[in-house]
Amino acid sequence: MNSLVKLENAGVYKSSKWLVRGVSFELFNGQILTLIGPNGSGKTTTAKMILKIFTADEGIVTSNTHNMAYVPQKIDIDWTLPLRVIDFMNITSHINHSQIIEALKLTGVEKLLYNEVRNLSGGEFQRVLIARAIAKKPDLLVLDEPVQGVDFTGEISLYNLIKNISDTLKCGILLISHDIHFVMSSTDHVICLNGHICCSGTPSSVAKNPAYIKLFGEHTASTLSLYEHNHDHSHSSDGSISK
Amino acid sequence: MFDDFFIRALIAGVGVAIIAGPLGCFVIWRRLSYFGDTLSHSALLGVTLAYSFSINVVFSVFIVSGIIALLLLNLQKRTKLPGDALLGLLAHSTLAIGLVIIGFLSFIRFDLMGLLFGDILAVTIQDIIIIWLGGFVILGILYFIWKSLFASTVNYDLAAAEGMKPDVSNVIFTLLLTGVIAISIKMVGVLLITGLLLIPAAMARNLSNNPQQMVIFSIFGGILSVIIGLFSSLEFNTASGPTIIVVALVFFILSLWPLKRKVALQK
Repeated sequence: MNSLVKLENAGVYKSSKWLVRGVSFELFNGQILTLIGPNGSGKTTTAKMILKIFTADEGIVTSNTHNMAYVPQKIDIDWTLPLRVIDFMNITSHINHSQIIEALKLTGVEKLLYNEVRNLSGGEFQRVLIARAIAKKPDLLVLDEPVQGVDFTGEISLYNLIKNISDTLKCGILLISHDIHFVMSSTDHVICLNGHICCSGTPSSVAKNPAYIKLFGEHTASTLSLYEHNHDHSHSSDGSISK
Repeated sequence: MFDDFFIRALIAGVGVAIIAGPLGCFVIWRRLSYFGDTLSHSALLGVTLAYSFSINVVFSVFIVSGIIALLLLNLQKRTKLPGDALLGLLAHSTLAIGLVIIGFLSFIRFDLMGLLFGDILAVTIQDIIIIWLGGFVILGILYFIWKSLFASTVNYDLAAAEGMKPDVSNVIFTLLLTGVIAISIKMVGVLLITGLLLIPAAMARNLSNNPQQMVIFSIFGGILSVIIGLFSSLEFNTASGPTIIVVALVFFILSLWPLKRKVALQK
């Protein structure tokens, strides 16, 4: 497996506070790595560091690929910009027509090819975003809550699609998701963030980790046997660390 | 049939319209109308400096407005002042400084109305060469950075993440905008340049459903506004700049028709 991106003790400092700090991990080809954590815990910031939208204010970010595709959490297309799905598919690269159709078919929105993007529903646009990222055939795919606004059955098929893509394209996937079920069943590595890395490892080891239980509550972990633990820190309600 | 000055004005005006079309679209998409206003207000300062040191007006305006533009980009990142307040502050202070300097240069006769609203009589062969050559360069560069600029217009993060270098194209675009203002100041004047950028593009928005189409409609709308505007200004003896803008406005109002029909159909 090739290393796609490596973070060593990386952090971002903005508006006189650390958004995230001391993050170290490595992402490989064919691997699905998930970031979980409460709101404001630095998940998106970490993703943006990897994508070079933010530069790390401390630590080192090394990436071994330029071919990245990004599905951001939120995109607003201004009314003044007339943009059809087909135009949007090509905004950062040139993808041939049949590949565009193929990608849109995978996410089930090939009929919307000539629709204006601003007329799409939230879920439809989300599918277009995912299709665009897939069509680029990236080495590294970063998905920030990719299924928000998508209906229930669609959610399942899109998650299956994401799983398939990592197998077929052999690309690395960084996923930010609140869907604990998918995270626990289908991802290779989980990192639990709350301003720093609280715990990380395989899904099953993270689910048993006290830091995870502390963050997500007993009920998400209730099906798993409780794990006897000693943690070296706890969080107050604003996410700061209290020893 | 027509006087030479009128033919010159037509050639120059059409040139300006062709350049203003695509840039105007980006001004609308990126919500830069006030930014454009600020740059064109600061152009007056450039004009006065050109007269003071007897250098070329287009060159001087490009330098002065270019500095203001880069200053603005920088200040927008640093200051806590809201964007519109910052733009207003710079727009009116540079306009005021320009007007104060004109006061000091009492030995030169200024055609202030011409500066503010444009003057077709003043267009020379040299101006035409500057407009068409400059326009060629501006559109050439725009073509070159189109992909990156357009991607960052749709979404900055997406463009940055996928290697489109949005910061570079943003700075280049700002300088191109300054260039358009510099070469069209004689045609439409300091106060109305943003109008020539915006109004044909706004009209084009109502008629198009993809970006390329909007750019093309915007160019044709601009050309028609310039031609009809210039003929009308000759006919009614009105100032050329305002007449062109009024014609563009009429086109914009006409373009609302199909939109209304579409909305009615959807209901």
